[in-house]
Amino acid sequence: MAVDEKTVRRIAHLARIKLDDADVEPMMKELNGILNWVEQLSEVNTDGVEPMTSVVAQKMRWREDVVSDGNIQEDVLKNAPEAQFGFYAVPKVIE
Amino acid sequence: MATELTDLTVAQMRDGLKAKSFSAVELTQAHISAVEAARELNAFIVETPELALEQAKAADAAIAAGNAGPLAGIPLGIKDLFATKGVQTTAASKILEGFVPTYESTVSGNLLRDGAVTLGKLNLDQFAMGSSNETSAFGNVLNPYRGPNGEHLVPGGSSGGSSSAVAARIVAAATGTDTGGSIRQPAAFTGISGIKPTYGRCSRWGVVAFASSLDQAGPMARTIEDCAILLKSMCGFDPKDSTSLDLPVPDFEKALTGDVRGLKIGIPKEYRVDGMPAEIEKLWQQGMDWLKAAGAEIVEISLPHTKYALPTYYIVAPAEASSNLARYDGVRYGQRVAPENASLIDMYEATRAAGFGHEVKRRIMIGTYVLSAGYYDAYYVKAQRLRTLIAQDFEKAYQQCDVILTPTAPSAAFAFGSKSDDPLAMYLNDVFTVPASLAGLPALSVPAGVDADGLPLGLHLIGRKLDEETVLKVGHVIEQAAQFSAKPEKWWVK
Repeated sequence: MAVDEKTVRRIAHLARIKLDDADVEPMMKELNGILNWVEQLSEVNTDGVEPMTSVVAQKMRWREDVVSDGNIQEDVLKNAPEAQFGFYAVPKVIE
Repeated sequence: MATELTDLTVAQMRDGLKAKSFSAVELTQAHISAVEAARELNAFIVETPELALEQAKAADAAIAAGNAGPLAGIPLGIKDLFATKGVQTTAASKILEGFVPTYESTVSGNLLRDGAVTLGKLNLDQFAMGSSNETSAFGNVLNPYRGPNGEHLVPGGSSGGSSSAVAARIVAAATGTDTGGSIRQPAAFTGISGIKPTYGRCSRWGVVAFASSLDQAGPMARTIEDCAILLKSMCGFDPKDSTSLDLPVPDFEKALTGDVRGLKIGIPKEYRVDGMPAEIEKLWQQGMDWLKAAGAEIVEISLPHTKYALPTYYIVAPAEASSNLARYDGVRYGQRVAPENASLIDMYEATRAAGFGHEVKRRIMIGTYVLSAGYYDAYYVKAQRLRTLIAQDFEKAYQQCDVILTPTAPSAAFAFGSKSDDPLAMYLNDVFTVPASLAGLPALSVPAGVDADGLPLGLHLIGRKLDEETVLKVGHVIEQAAQFSAKPEKWWVK
């Protein structure tokens, strides 16, 4: 399943990483190198093997449905690159 | 006096403080001076000497009052993957530069609760992705050991600042994190010990996430006893981590009885990889001989899916990383790059392009691809099935043995740049450590010898789930037998 330049651009967009045109081909080669290498997994028959979902089997815990934290607006916004009026500020989304 | 204090083990520091042979302030000051003198190693991203002295004063007061915690006054370094309240936390990335958490990670908080002193934040591979500490946005960390011609060597990774600082005797011990070998391989490269406990023993809360089903914190120190002391403080149930194990924490120090008579030591035949250096092979045999002499029994075992562990890991870990690192969007914290008149998506893409290093981008891209529509079953689900088979291999093996002995890494520390152009060559560093990570098992590295150039080599022990005690006990016996005495020359002290 070789990856072409178009796929690399699509993946970069899905991952929200801007790739310069000059970086597309090297990235394509690196991804293909790794993908060709992991291809060896297909030689193992895994029919009927359950995919692992947790390394140490345990039951998910329940907790009381109560508010146990909060009222820390200042802390939450403290590291925001841009905050206004108690909110995160982002470029205009709706015209 | 100063150099002597920094040479002590954590256990000796604890005893000396208790006996009032020296104060926590004196001990901390000695380490602060050592850290300043060793800046050439680039082990620290942030030094916090004032905070450390404040903590040391509090430790002295607690010792005087008779209510000191088990780590009172012990000066530690914290890998810069743990969120530390009021102290910059970057995961060695540009995208988190300037991020100052308003909270403390559970593990570092546990150490502070027990009275530890923190000297600062230690460098690492960016987002813990790397095996040589060459991917940090804050520069390479140097191994205190140098090559035969005086050339600089990598300290291993991703916990390379931790391994370098502990080996250089500028911190008493350090925290590390291990996703595929990031505690054990750097420990082996620098002649120190490190243990990754069973997945779930240490809370992941407040640790910058890389691959959540694999990430596990653990201690790095100069002796197995010191690892046992620190591990006890670091472990414990935390309701804030949904995979934290609600189990009592054993007194790991008590496990170091020196008695391994009758224990069965498994030697997996699949770990005899092609091209393993003769010195590593010899050290492995030496490890078997030591344990046999101590009364343990050596049994050959088989872990048939071993060769598939690395490719499995390089699907699972990037997949989880691509999800975890989606949070760095330039909105809530960290750096933002917003070109003029940019849309929100332009801002995301520019921010992430500028903020992530190349290895991080490559892994996010791989992860995004293997999780994308049409490929999810072929790659990700396939890898999770392989992971089940790898875990079953271990379960079967533990019907025949109590603990598994292997080398930690396929080579000693290597030179900068020697593997950085070839991701696959770099990934091979973790060939012996990754299987235990995929199965969530406790595993440690103990320094056991040196190669022809005098560079440290480690042996690796993998235990049953939740059986850190046997792993530590056997590691301690190897440590006693090996009498590892190599110490880096302090060439950085001018």
